[in-house]
Amino acid sequence: MIVGDWRAARVVDVSDATATARVLRVTVPGWPGSDPGQHVDIRLTAEDGYQAVRSYSLGSYGADDTIELAVDEIPEGEVSPYLVRDVRPGDELEVKGPLGGYFVWRAGGVDPVQLIAGGSGIVPLMAMARARTDAATGAPFRLLYSVRTGGDAIYRDELGMLSESGGVAVTWAYTRAAPPGWDGRVGRLDRAGIEAAIWSTDRMPAVYVCGPTGFVEHVADTLVELGHDARRIKTERFGGA
Amino acid sequence: MAVFSRGFGARRRESDPRLPPGQYITEDFPVLSAGPTPRIDTAEWSFDIRSESGAVTSWSWDQFMALPIEDVATDIHCVTRWSKLGTSWRGVSIDTLLEHVDSDADYSMVHSYGGYTTNVPMEDLRDGRAWVAFEFDGEPLDPEHGGPARLLVPHLYFWKSAKWVRGLTLMGDDAPGFWEQNGYNMHGDPWTEERYW
Ligand SMILES: Cc1cc2nc3c(=O)[nH]c(=O)nc-3n(C[C@H](O)[C@H](O)[C@H](O)COP(=O)(O)OP(=O)(O)OC[C@H]3O[C@@H](n4cnc5c(N)ncnc54)[C@H](O)[C@@H]3O)c2cc1C
Repeated sequence: MIVGDWRAARVVDVSDATATARVLRVTVPGWPGSDPGQHVDIRLTAEDGYQAVRSYSLGSYGADDTIELAVDEIPEGEVSPYLVRDVRPGDELEVKGPLGGYFVWRAGGVDPVQLIAGGSGIVPLMAMARARTDAATGAPFRLLYSVRTGGDAIYRDELGMLSESGGVAVTWAYTRAAPPGWDGRVGRLDRAGIEAAIWSTDRMPAVYVCGPTGFVEHVADTLVELGHDARRIKTERFGGA
Repeated sequence: MAVFSRGFGARRRESDPRLPPGQYITEDFPVLSAGPTPRIDTAEWSFDIRSESGAVTSWSWDQFMALPIEDVATDIHCVTRWSKLGTSWRGVSIDTLLEHVDSDADYSMVHSYGGYTTNVPMEDLRDGRAWVAFEFDGEPLDPEHGGPARLLVPHLYFWKSAKWVRGLTLMGDDAPGFWEQNGYNMHGDPWTEERYW
């Protein structure tokens, strides 16, 4: 893990990911590179010097000095509405990182990997899925991604491509409304739904769970009930309900 | 030179002198931990202090509950930048526990059920600065917040307040615990922003 000081950075590209989320590409001169799963702290400074800092996972990994964030708007929030609605290419902010040496996946292992995301929790798991796809061989990956509706999925198109081209097998779960033609269940992930979508305990997968706190609590508890080894379950909680 | 973010600041929060630098106030009680929540039955719980000589002093839940209990009202500060003001806890002071232990150690490693560890200097645990807490807001501590008992060291970032605490190992020299090996500061003072290495 590399932390370093605050680095001045420039937003170079913004694109809508869903109705409430946006992908930001940010160039950070001197960026030391990151492992899949790490995050950064983002610092914003108002013209009068007022500052706020929040953590955001990296959807990108590796040495490229343009990093990628995907931010979902918390309507009552202070920072996320700015990043999702106001920020434009050319705007400046500061970045500290990469941070976190625990919730990371490094290519090379052969153990099966299970990724489980809720909402914007997909972001660090996307970096892992991209790293696995780029590595082309190695650990078999599965991803279970829970979203409210099909339109709420960040990285929907890319995940669809990953799923088709192999490497990462993607299972969707819809908590509010499913896309047309979906014949599965709609509702919060339950024990049977989790069990059916993930590697079985005898494969002894390394499991990464990320999303809002309540989602992570529920999924991690269920995994332990299903007999998965708690020591092989890594979680990242994004705060909020 | 600071970099300015065009148009940022419209939704700023009120500041408060009780907030260390870089923190914001939350009314919720966020949960952050590295893995699933352990569920520990008080019948199986014990709290052990191992001194530098290797001697172990141990309390069962019932023995622990018979110790003097203190009410603690305090602010808490998480390294992920939320602070919660005016929280109320009940627990046993580490001073009370150390009365039963013969030690000159300067450092401790805190151990938790589930395998989490964190290092805390003894001076941060003594003199009414740390507790083993088992009640929050008048209720038994929820498992997701560290119940049945967690360490409470409110003057340090909250990752030092180890959840599901099971004991202390007293040491002559400092050594990194779980998050410290993963990049967090060896001490963790919120007022000087001792966040990372
Ligand atoms: C390691 C880490 C990585 C993160 N990565 C991402 C990421 O990749 N993408 C992303 O969009 N967010 C991510 N987050 C969450 C992010 O840091 C902010 O918490 C989030 O953007 C809200 O900030 P805000 O300033 O808009 O809201 P705040 O002003 O901080 O909070 C407003 C209210 O919303 C609540 N709240 C805060 N966060 C959430 C939440 N996630 N869900 C529901 N309620 C919430 C607060 O308790 C508060 O009551 C990450 C958090 C952590 C700790």
